[in-house]
This record gives sequence, structure tokens and C-alpha cells, in this order.
Amino acid sequence: MSATTLGSAALRSPLGEFWRRFRKKRVALVSLVVIVLLLVAALMAPWIAPYDQATPDYDALLEGPSWTHWAGTDTYGRDIFSRMIWGGRVSLTVGYLSVLLGCVVGVTIGLVSGFAGGWVDGLLMRIMDVMLAFPGILPAIAVVALLGPGIVNVIYAIAISAVPVFARLVRGTTLALKQALYVQASRSIGVSRTNLVLRHILPGTMPAVIVYASLRMGTSILTAASLSFIGLGAQPPSPEWGAMLSDGRSYLGVADHITIFPGLAIFITVLAFNLLGDGLRDALDQKLR
Amino acid sequence: MALLEISGLKLAFPGEDGPVEVIHGLDMTVEAGETVAIVGESGSGKSVTALAVTRLLDHAGGRITAGRIGFTDRAGQVRDLATQSQEAMRLLRGPEIAMVFQEPMTSLNPVLTVGRQIAEGVMLHQGLSEQAATEEARRLLEVVRIPDAARQLGRYPFQLSGGMRQRVMIAIALSCRPRLLIADEPTTALDVTVQAQVLRLMRSLQKELGMGLIFITHDMGVVAEMADRVVVMQQGRVVETGDVVALFAAPSHAYTKMLLDAVPVLGSLADQALPAPFRIAGAPVVVQDTVQHGAVPVLELDGLVTRFDVRRRFRLAGRIHAAEQVSLKVWPGETLALVGESGCGKTTTGRSIIRLEQPRSGTIRVNGEDLSDLSGAKEKRLRRAVQFVFQDPFASLDPRLTIGFSIAEPIHTHGLAQGPAVQARVQALLEQVGLLPEHARRYPHEMSGGQRQRVCIARALASEPSLIIADEAVAALDVSIRAQVVNLLMDLQARLGLAYLFISHDMAVVERVSHRVAVMYLGQIVEIGPRQAVFGNPQHPYTKRLLEAVPVPDPTRRAAHAALDESEVPSPLRTPDDMPVVAPLVAVGAGHYVARHRVGGLY
Repeated sequence: MSATTLGSAALRSPLGEFWRRFRKKRVALVSLVVIVLLLVAALMAPWIAPYDQATPDYDALLEGPSWTHWAGTDTYGRDIFSRMIWGGRVSLTVGYLSVLLGCVVGVTIGLVSGFAGGWVDGLLMRIMDVMLAFPGILPAIAVVALLGPGIVNVIYAIAISAVPVFARLVRGTTLALKQALYVQASRSIGVSRTNLVLRHILPGTMPAVIVYASLRMGTSILTAASLSFIGLGAQPPSPEWGAMLSDGRSYLGVADHITIFPGLAIFITVLAFNLLGDGLRDALDQKLR
Repeated sequence: MALLEISGLKLAFPGEDGPVEVIHGLDMTVEAGETVAIVGESGSGKSVTALAVTRLLDHAGGRITAGRIGFTDRAGQVRDLATQSQEAMRLLRGPEIAMVFQEPMTSLNPVLTVGRQIAEGVMLHQGLSEQAATEEARRLLEVVRIPDAARQLGRYPFQLSGGMRQRVMIAIALSCRPRLLIADEPTTALDVTVQAQVLRLMRSLQKELGMGLIFITHDMGVVAEMADRVVVMQQGRVVETGDVVALFAAPSHAYTKMLLDAVPVLGSLADQALPAPFRIAGAPVVVQDTVQHGAVPVLELDGLVTRFDVRRRFRLAGRIHAAEQVSLKVWPGETLALVGESGCGKTTTGRSIIRLEQPRSGTIRVNGEDLSDLSGAKEKRLRRAVQFVFQDPFASLDPRLTIGFSIAEPIHTHGLAQGPAVQARVQALLEQVGLLPEHARRYPHEMSGGQRQRVCIARALASEPSLIIADEAVAALDVSIRAQVVNLLMDLQARLGLAYLFISHDMAVVERVSHRVAVMYLGQIVEIGPRQAVFGNPQHPYTKRLLEAVPVPDPTRRAAHAALDESEVPSPLRTPDDMPVVAPLVAVGAGHYVARHRVGGLY
């Protein structure tokens, strides 16, 4: 093995090595492209949306898909395709910010808990256990009910429910890495605890965190949509995808396209993040090498 | 007709750019009742060849691309194993061809009793009833000399020692009376005394059963002990093959010569008091006269005790007495070897010094300063003066950081240089250990095992320590690389006046490097003294046993091992109120001390 790695003259950094393996995962690569396209579309919404998402057109109520309105119109005659593009801004932002927030807090708790051990670990993990004991969307509903409905509170709610999962994940890896020989070697050199955690342990937990974060993005977008659907999240006239689903609820059977197209947007986005997560896991997992 | 006749065998594994050939046309034969040793360093293709014969290669992703593996089965029919179906191979594996692997713990199923695992094969291939198969399993355990076989049947692998587990593996392999046994490094993971027992067992069983034996090993001592014929492999090719006595006496290929030269032979420095590096490429050898007697000792341990509590249901169930009253001194420029078998406490002693384990009591003095507690700036001083080199260089380097960064870490940590001076220091260190400045930009996975260990040595040197604790630092390396790294360590000692605490189980290497030797047994030092005295005139029965068990790389000296102890090393685990007796050592010569009290039944 060592002979072949020496034979390849090119020096590969861990990042280069990761990219070399990730490139071969076709499905994950396509997912990444889809996600990038969704992001670009959301960012460029004012320029690429064919209609203003908020302007009603009372001459074209509940119209089906056509060449003028690609995804049809809703009860106020607003262009659904344009609203989907604008809605991407809301949904992707909610997904991104909530995962980022949950990830930063969770990783910090996990590192502290795993590295400190003892009563600190016991206390933190019992709190995380309590948070994990509530099923799925329930804590998010509770938080929104407490803070009041609205998209910002949805971000907090989803972030809070993501914290224990990231904390548990990172704590586990930290416990394993704390015993790794290279961490012991650095300890025997005299490296301070802070540097030990930041330089040697944190990077080691990153593969698992990145994979889980991308999977969590899908779930978070879905949870945000669910909260909006039951009226706790984005408030009308915001074109959030879950809120749009909720709008079309009463017209199922009459104008299915109102629910089908935002539903499709959620479906594609969540699927893309999940497939990307799978690909990242394969490319980052050292055991598969 | 030969039992096994391999001709023109080529093997390939799928690579990134098409198949990569790893064996380039191999020829070899094995007669019934003959032992053929395949030797070579890692990557030479010896294990892959064994996998090809059993066709377990298919499961490993490899493929036979050319050649023939002729095997004469019990019925006298010659079959080409290279073209047999997987189903036909499955029926051959066990009754005709059996295998023993290196790691006895992972080759046994942890959730089944050993009796069950042996009986399984017997039931499958011999069609015996469960009761008859269990009886046969008991008989097999007796064949492999496991004491109290009937009781051992109901035990799980984790309840057995490494040597016992390997015997169980051999019992499983023999359960169907195979005609060909392939043993892939079967004793590499075992201690020397246990290795000697297992080797002797395999040799006598082979004679009893008249089977062909392919013995794969990297250890020339084991080859000399076991083989009738030797096949030397290098990078997928056979470079030399021949009768074991002739090959050891007059190797014809340069690679074989190099392999034999690099093997440390126990007793080669018997008439010399000082250690000396390996003779590589005819360079003149200078003895290692580096010890500064009378100076302040770099390390002084006095009554070091490290114990591990074993708790069951929150109650103290027992203690592992890993280090009991360990006292020793290391002088500047001296190498003190700490030898013993696994579980004897030598590694714990080393780790306790740098506080990777917390000792219970005792004093640790470094360069005259008491560093038993690490308050204030004392920790910094200890971590700078004492460095540790681990056995596995790959695992002890952060895979996400470049070599240069890893070597720079102690420089940054102790503030020994700033800015561009760090870079220069790293490059100087790399050159000092025989690497190139360019290597600083590499990652650990881009280097070979020997290079990685050099990196670890460079990192250890970075803080300008006075003592390096080398814990089996050369044990995982190939023989030729091992000799180079040992020479590097000795060269650094001569140039920098370093002291080493050299923890090792390999008596031949210890003889090469050390000025003094301390033998550990069950957590205690049972004998300590100048290397020449301890090796030439061992006083403690355990030291004698350890030295006798070392395989001698000379096939004409096999008979010397006839009287071998079959006993097992007792466990260092004791009940909470059972304290071991530790008495002062008794002087038997100049600086030579030995335990005269009972330690685990030996004294």
C-alpha cells in the first residue's frame, strides 16, 4: 500500500483526496448541482422570476399550468412559479440558518462534554437526553408557541431541536479521538487543552458533522414547511413553500397544481440534500478507503 | 506428485486505472509432510499468494489472471484450484486446505464458545452428531495441548489468552485433518515464550498428521526454526528458493543476503560490553560508548506504582498491578532497555513517566528535579525534557496535518522558535533523521512505515529532550527498515548525547541497542543490570525463559529449544486485598541485581 501511495507523485491534501473521491459519486454530484441551481435561483429571484410574486391578477384566478404561467396561478391569481422562486429564499434560509445555529451550539456542547468527561459530561448529556425524548416536531411547536409564530422563531425552534443530535454525534467522536494515539502523542508533547481540542479533535469530528448537517438541511426545510403548513411558521403573504401548500389545501381536487408545485420544490430540495449527504459520507468515511 | 504445484501464477487487484498486477508469475511446490516458508517484507505478496491458494482472494476483490495451482486431493486427483468454482472450493477448505491467520482474536467469533466453533466445522465436514462433534472438539483441544480441555470448551474467546486463542485456531484448522495447512504469520502477534510454544506444537502436529505446511512469516528466526524449504519473495516475485540450511549458509540473491544481514541475532554481541549499530553496507561499526556515568541521571524512578481498578457493579472487584515499586535510573547518553512480555507493565511504566497514566505513588525525577507532581511550570519542563515515540507511527501522526506541521508542533508549544526560524528548524530536523526537506509538505498517508517512524523521531527531537522513551518503536517495521531506524536512534545518541528508555519485547534488538537491561515480570523489575551480564549470565528464571524462547536464525541450532516451559504467565489482576510482595533486589554482580522473592510463582 505504502509503495503505491509513494508512487503517485502528486501530493494530496485531505481536501484534495476528498474531492477526488467525491467526484466519482454521480448522484451526489448531480444533487450538488441541483442545490447550487436552487441557491442561484433564490438569490437571483428579483431578476429571473417572470412575475412579481405578490401582485394579484384577478383575471387569472386558479389557472392551471400554461405557457404564460408555467406552474399556474393561485387563489389571488399570483404566479406560482415566481412564488416558488421567491419561496426558495425563505425555505433555504430557514434550512441553512437553523442548521448552522444548531450545529455550532451542538458541536460546542459535544466537544466540551466529550473532552471534559465526568460530571460535566453527565449533566450536559442528560439535558440532551431530555431534549431528545420529545418526538420530532413537538419541541419545535412548543418553542414557536412560546415565542409566537413567525419565520425567525421557526429558525430558533428548528435549531434548538437540532442541538442535541449534533451534541451526541460530536461527543461520541470526541470520546474516540481523545484516545487516538496522535492525540495522546500531542498531549505528551505538552500541547494545551484548547489547542488539542481545536487543532486535533475538532477537525476529526468534521466529516461526521458535515454529513449530518447536509442530511439535517433536508429535515429542517421539511420541518419549517410543516410549521408553516399548520400556520405557525411563515405568515401570508410570504411565499414560503409550506405556507403555499397550506394555501392550496382547500382547493385539492379543484386546482391541484397549487399544492403539487410547491410540494415538488420541497421534495426535490430535501431529496437533493439527502443524496448529497450520502455521497459526502462515502467520500469522507475513512473506513471505505 | 507434489501436494501443491503452483506455476506461472499471476494475481491482480482492481486499481483506479485498471487492474494492478501484484504477483508476476510465481512458481512453487509443496510436498506432503513438508514445511515451506514464504518470507518477505510487507508488500512482497506472500499473504496474497496464500489467499490465492484458498481462493479467499475472490472475496478480497483480487483475481487470478494467469497460471495454474495444481492440488492433489485425498483421492489422488489433481485439481487446478485456479479454475475451481467457489462451491467446489468451499468443500475443499477445511478437509483439504486449512488456514491459520495472524490475529487470533479477530479470527474467532466473539459470541460463540470455542467448543461450539470447533464443533461447527467437524459437524459440517464429517457429518458427526452434535454430541460426537463436541467430544471431537475436546480431543482436538487436547491435541493442541490446552490444559483442562473439557472446561475450556464452554469458554468464550475473550476469556482466553492470546496463545490459547491461537491454539484454538489451530485446533479448528486441524479439525478436518487437512492435507495442506497455510499459516499466515501465526505467531507474530504472540509473545516470544508463547510463540516458542506454538511453533513447537505446530511442528510436532505436522509430523503426526503428515500434512504439507506453508508458513508465511517475515521473521528469519521463525523460518530457521520451522522450514524445510524457503521461498524468498520481493515485490510479487520469487527471488530465491532452496533448502533452509543451504539458504541460510549461502544465500545467493542480494535481497536474501540483505534480509539475513538485517536480522538481529541474539548473542552476536555476547563478547562485547557496549552496544553497536547494525552493519549496513559494510560501513565500519563504532561501539556506542556514550554513557556519562557520575553525571546527574536524566531519569530516576523510585518506587513507581501504577494500578488500574477493575470495577463491577460500582464495587472494586480487583486491581491490575501494572507497575509495582519500579525503581530505576537512566544516565545521560545511556540506553536502558525495559523488556518483558505483554502485560508485564513495561508500557505502563513508560506512560506513567509522561503521565499518560496516573501513578499511585513513587517519585519521578528528571534531570535531578522532582517532577512527581506537575504543578505550575513543572509540566512544561517534563514535556520538554522527555519525549515519547509510539509503536505505531501512522496512528501517532494526525492524518489531517502535514508532516511539517506535526514536527513544528513541539517547537510552537514550547516557544523554541518563531516565524521563518520554525521552518528552518523543521527542515534541519528532517535532515537529521534522514528525510528530505520536501517531506515537510507531505501527509502521513503519503509516506512509508519507516519514513513515518523517522518523522515521529524528528518530532521527538524537536523539543531538544534529554530522554526519549521508545515504546516498541521498531517492532512494527520490516527487518531491513528496522535495522536502519535502530541505527538512526544510535547515531542520534552518539551525536546528541540522548538517553533512551527502550521498551521492547525483542531480545535481539535489545542486545544491539542497550547499555543496561531491566526485565519486568508481573509489574515488577525482576532483574536489572549491564546488558552483557543479564544476557550472558541471567539469574532470574523468567529472564532465562525469555532468552531461551527467542528463535535463533540458524536452522542448524534447532535442538537447543527442547526443554521449553509450557506454563502460562499468571494474570496481573489481583483481588483488592491481595497485595503483591515486593522486596529489594539482591546484588549478584557489578550493577547486576535480581529478585530473590516470589513473583508469580517464580523466584
